[in-house]
Amino acid sequence: MKHSSNQGCVSDFVVDRTGSEYGPPVAVYIKKHGYLRILVGFKGKSGMTSRKKKFGSNNGVWKFFTSVKLTVFVLLILAATSIIGTLIPQNASQGFYLQKYGEVFFSLFKGLNIIDMYHSWWFLTLLGLLAVNIIVCSIDRLQTTWKIIFPDKVSFNLERFNRMPAALRFDCEKEADVLEKACHKLLETSVGPVSVKKNDGGTALFAEQRRWTRLGVYVVHLSILFMLAGAVIGSMLGFKGFVNITEGETTDFIEARKGEHKHIPLGFSVRCNDFSVSFYDTGQPEEFKSSLTVIEGGKEVLTRDIVVNDPLRYRGISFYQSSYGTASAKNVRLKYTSKDSGMVYEKTLSFKEPLILPESGGTLILDRFANGYQFRGHNLGEGFVGRIVPEKGSETEIFISVRFPTFDKMRQGKFAFEVDGFDKKYYTGLQVNKDPGVWYVYFGFILMIAGCWITFFMSHQSSCIYITGGDGRQSRIMVSGFAHRNPQGMKLKIEKLAEKIKDI
Amino acid sequence: MNSSMLLSVVTFVYAFVSVLYIGSWTFKKEIMAKVGLYVLIAGFVGNTLGIILRWIESYQMGYGHAPFSNMYESLVFFSWTVAALYIFVEFKYRERIIGVFATPLIFLAIAYASLSPSIGDRITPLIPALKSNWLIAHVITCFLGYAGFAVAFGFSIMYLIKPTDHKNGGLTARLPSLALIDELTHQMVMFGFLFLSIGIITGAVWANSAWGTYWSWDPKETWSLITWLIYATLLHLRMMRGWDGKQIAWVSIVGFMAVLFTYFGVNLLPGLHSYA
Ligand code: HEM
Repeated sequence: MKHSSNQGCVSDFVVDRTGSEYGPPVAVYIKKHGYLRILVGFKGKSGMTSRKKKFGSNNGVWKFFTSVKLTVFVLLILAATSIIGTLIPQNASQGFYLQKYGEVFFSLFKGLNIIDMYHSWWFLTLLGLLAVNIIVCSIDRLQTTWKIIFPDKVSFNLERFNRMPAALRFDCEKEADVLEKACHKLLETSVGPVSVKKNDGGTALFAEQRRWTRLGVYVVHLSILFMLAGAVIGSMLGFKGFVNITEGETTDFIEARKGEHKHIPLGFSVRCNDFSVSFYDTGQPEEFKSSLTVIEGGKEVLTRDIVVNDPLRYRGISFYQSSYGTASAKNVRLKYTSKDSGMVYEKTLSFKEPLILPESGGTLILDRFANGYQFRGHNLGEGFVGRIVPEKGSETEIFISVRFPTFDKMRQGKFAFEVDGFDKKYYTGLQVNKDPGVWYVYFGFILMIAGCWITFFMSHQSSCIYITGGDGRQSRIMVSGFAHRNPQGMKLKIEKLAEKIKDI
Repeated sequence: MNSSMLLSVVTFVYAFVSVLYIGSWTFKKEIMAKVGLYVLIAGFVGNTLGIILRWIESYQMGYGHAPFSNMYESLVFFSWTVAALYIFVEFKYRERIIGVFATPLIFLAIAYASLSPSIGDRITPLIPALKSNWLIAHVITCFLGYAGFAVAFGFSIMYLIKPTDHKNGGLTARLPSLALIDELTHQMVMFGFLFLSIGIITGAVWANSAWGTYWSWDPKETWSLITWLIYATLLHLRMMRGWDGKQIAWVSIVGFMAVLFTYFGVNLLPGLHSYA
């Protein structure tokens, strides 16, 4: 027997035959330290007298996958290997690994797929093994337990109730038939439909409840399968990508997050109308908000604001607010000082709008906004790139820095330009995902919670009250019961039942 | 009186509770554990008020968020959940001495929050990613899970130090029966497993609404999964392989180490979760 090494002081075995008096034994109760411990689903060499041969019962591969040893092994290996991926950063650049770990380790990591280990063949194989283990094990066990969970006819065995260590026995100063009626009612309200058996000694009343909770474990296991299936569906039929859209602009494709510059068409267009960011007085960002419009077939279908935690969903594709940046500028206020006269002029300008400079200085045209302008190997940050077209001669490109107002002075041109202010034109950074598997995963979540609740906190309970008529007004009563788990809770229940009987 | 001051007082109340429980055990005075329970309830009320007060203060400061947003707040809440669970267990099982190893955990968590110089107790605004009702559901359920495992850990330690032969009448023999400790450990593990599962699930749903992926293998997520796998293993070892007693106590201790790493250790690794 499997658990022989752990039995402690086994003093009593009871074979559970609930449901079908002549069915196969399906549970062994081990009494240890005065508590009933149940090893559910006992099967194997001893006692397995099933009349019908079970499917797969003499197939080696099948047996391998029904083993809970395998389960323990796979769960622990999954836990152990998962640690690796939390210590070694995943999906970083090749340069990062080379610098941090060196050539040898890098090729080792690459060979073992540790760089993206949660999607590596061996990690997925472990998950697959777990799934097969669950499926085979559940099929195997359901073949034996289905009849117990849904019996043709529920029957009770008084002898078994009699043997329960939790059984209570006491005398009552009432006539047997009065007690019988009251107990019948009591059992009916607190447990369920009552069946009555009379023998020469007295009357036994039986009731049971929540037989179906024996299915809870299968619900837990099924939930894992739903989650895994959802993940597979999502990775096969969905995508993960991103897109940056400048305010006022429209796009009809996005870029895949994996695989360099792979375009994914959306099948419709999205316009960013507006982006805004607000800050707390501590300087921390408070909210990022984009106004998006969906355009399909040339028509505006939908306009919505999105913020972090509140995405836009359209045709199974979701747009999440994930980043932002300055794409460009509008209403640029320029201040320019004449080198000759010292006069200071001001003007608000848009891109490509020619500014005729005074003192025959030619024309200034702003071409574009630069986010990180490079000048002799230095990053000058934000600024405006433009050109001056003199009345004669060739044009010169200039850069007007936002951060360094005197930068243009160094050019020694006729005018020194500086930026007095401008309105930012943002781009919004959106994460764009499609995941048709997510509903399977969510359904798995619900099953997992429900299944665990049922398994941990509910049990199939059978109760029995046995009344023996004494002489005249004296009756002897036994109250007993058992549960397929949580014997402690059942004991309390029996005690409560006994209290109520004494109060009759 | 502001919430930080109130919670500092609560720290001392919890310290007193630990002293009473341990004293009750060492000096064989049941009255001390009896008093300990009432002091614990008083501390728990103070702890509750502290959390509510902090919530109100955050509204007065114009931030308006539930007090579950940084390490300090999460530790205070951890103490609260362990205290709540322990009080429930003591009332349900009517066994006094079992608080010996559980009540010090309540004290240690809040003491670490109040006294560690690296943990600030200032109320700060929420970054946009944390602004979600899922945050509240996620934090509460995760911490109920952690609390279950913490109390299970306390019981496991108790199981391991209690000698099996009852003849020597030393300190450890006075602990509750091994069968009861074993049963209670299992109950706490089941409670913890259910709530850790719900915690991981609410976290996944939240991540899906904020970033579009319910699972991204960031270190915190991965470590909570590792913890979950260890306790799933424990349940199978117990149900299917007949493990119990010492063996289960050890697995439960290993599981709690994983909980602690998920809680504190992960901050040393790079990832999304900035705290707790
Ligand atoms: C991550 C994966 C798994 C999880 C979360 C899980 C969860 C559970 C839970 C919560 C229980 C109930 C334990 C209790 O009664 O206290 C259980 C029982 C059980 N599990 Fe799993 N399980 C997993 C994988 C597996 C696999 C792969 C097998 C395949 C052999 C398996 C076989 C069993 C069996 C036979 C039981 C006992 C059923 C009974 O009580 O009749 N489990 N599992």
